[in-house]
Amino acid sequence: MVELEGVGYRIGNKWLVRNIDLKIEAGQFWIFVGPNGAGKSTLLRLISGELSPTSGQIRFLGESISDHSPEELARKRAYLQQKRDVNFPFRASEIVLLGRHPHLNGGKESPTDLAITWEAMKQVQADMFAERLYPTLSGGEASRVDLARILAQEPRLFLLDEPTNHLDPRYQVQILRLCSSIAQSGRTVIAAIHDLNIASMYAEQVLMLREGNPIAVGTPTLIFTPQRLEAVYDVPFEVVQLSSGQLVVVPLSSDFVPRTGGLRSGSTLSPSKHSSSRTTAAG
Amino acid sequence: MPNRAKILLIFGSLLPISLCVAAGIGAYQILPWRIPGILLFHKDGFEVLIYVRFPRVLLSAIVGSVLAISGATLQGIFRNPLADPGLIGVTAGAGLGAAIWIVLIGSGFLGIWGVPVAAFAGGVLVTIGVWKIAQTQGQVLTVTLLLAGIALNSFAGAGIGLMTFLADEEQLRSLTFWLLGGFGGATWRAVAVTLPVATVGSVVLFRLARALNAMSLGESEAYHLGVSTESLKRWAVFGVALTVGAAVSAAGGIGFVGLVVPHLLRLMGGADHRYLLPGSALGGAILLVLADLFARTVAVPAELPVGVVTALLGGPFFLWLLMRFKKEVVYG
Repeated sequence: MVELEGVGYRIGNKWLVRNIDLKIEAGQFWIFVGPNGAGKSTLLRLISGELSPTSGQIRFLGESISDHSPEELARKRAYLQQKRDVNFPFRASEIVLLGRHPHLNGGKESPTDLAITWEAMKQVQADMFAERLYPTLSGGEASRVDLARILAQEPRLFLLDEPTNHLDPRYQVQILRLCSSIAQSGRTVIAAIHDLNIASMYAEQVLMLREGNPIAVGTPTLIFTPQRLEAVYDVPFEVVQLSSGQLVVVPLSSDFVPRTGGLRSGSTLSPSKHSSSRTTAAG
Repeated sequence: MPNRAKILLIFGSLLPISLCVAAGIGAYQILPWRIPGILLFHKDGFEVLIYVRFPRVLLSAIVGSVLAISGATLQGIFRNPLADPGLIGVTAGAGLGAAIWIVLIGSGFLGIWGVPVAAFAGGVLVTIGVWKIAQTQGQVLTVTLLLAGIALNSFAGAGIGLMTFLADEEQLRSLTFWLLGGFGGATWRAVAVTLPVATVGSVVLFRLARALNAMSLGESEAYHLGVSTESLKRWAVFGVALTVGAAVSAAGGIGFVGLVVPHLLRLMGGADHRYLLPGSALGGAILLVLADLFARTVAVPAELPVGVVTALLGGPFFLWLLMRFKKEVVYG
């Protein structure tokens, strides 16, 4: 599906990514991890064809990525951006319908296009706010609408830059499960994800990056070792394997002090009084 | 969707009504429902309608509609609801072209066509200039395009100022009238020149509706949806230069239509350009027909420049828009 050979990308004399060799097959689910500025987004944008590599070669479906026209690429790969802002009052359903744009060939949307749009919204449970205005949606709702747009695009390759941003744990798991089922249906998913626990739950292959350089490639269990995580993130880690096999990856704090005290819940939950009296006492 | 179809339908039926009403009102009053009879049976008032009123209301409808479409297009390209044809230099360039013609060349050469042709050329030239300046390594960045527009706008403004300084009294009067904008000189010939150019330009812009929708997600997202953003921008600027150049050359500088109309339509039916562009075309036509009716009837026998009327309406509206925008930025 995607092959990268010695790929590097430079702005001025700073390499944002370099020496990337990857072979990603159809039906795989890859996750890119690494600290902020590691080059995850740059690598995704290179694979999408938006950026051209300064060095090396990227092949998509057997051909050099630059041989595909933008229209052709848009029918075969979709890209979910990290930062999204829409200044105009579009409805959520219209945003999703934009996913059909590459398939229109300058014509009008057919009933099939509308049906695909609706189906995509249902898949991520965005259909309940189809008629709401996109700028008024919460972060999580907007994320789901954007995901629906990518699904409506019906690509063979999904490139997702932090698809679980703004989502609560339930939707994070749901989105990753969706990615994994997309991969099982023979399409390919590459996602950049910060949350290592979520990443380790579903990723088939992990690429770990640091300052633009590839550190390791492999399955989550192989990649997420405390030593390697500390080397990459500059903070100690503990990795625990649950009886189910699922990994728990937590950063450790050297000055951690356990907080003790009673549990407050429900109607007794009124910490403001306590904290304010404490502040006055302290002041 | 049906909501938008309804809005378009209402605007579509309001336009002929406002055209007939405006054509009927004036020093010689004609009731709108008698217009078909007068036309068919050549009754009293035929000449007034045919030679005076119709070219005038039609020209104002054409100009209003292209200004509004251009505004909507530019706002889509810049992803900014405050963008306006005045911004990328078309209006100021056309004004400068006209001013140079009136003051330095005079009316001898090309006759009555001189000023419109010079205005059109000025508008297109300045737009091309803005475009070239904004281009860096084959790419046109939206921010640089805006800044280049501002720079060339002030340059053209200075040029107009210089021409005003050089002009004699008579030139000054025609210059002022032209710069303020108006349909006092509307003839069938003006309609015949403006209509084809406006039609071609509008067709170009209408075809961009879907790409403009994709563009509102951001330039990079639009690229990922298969939109060639460079070619989209090129067509948009071409269409705007064509239509606004024709509009300014027919009626002088008329501001705020491109700002007010798309915004009202967005408030009524949302931002989808498949609806916004035709809606703006209809809304802009209606607004300018009525504004011109007001301009020529409010101070009879004198006539206000229609640009003053739209600015009077548009100024406060723009401020209101700005306040709302500010609120969104602060509290949004």
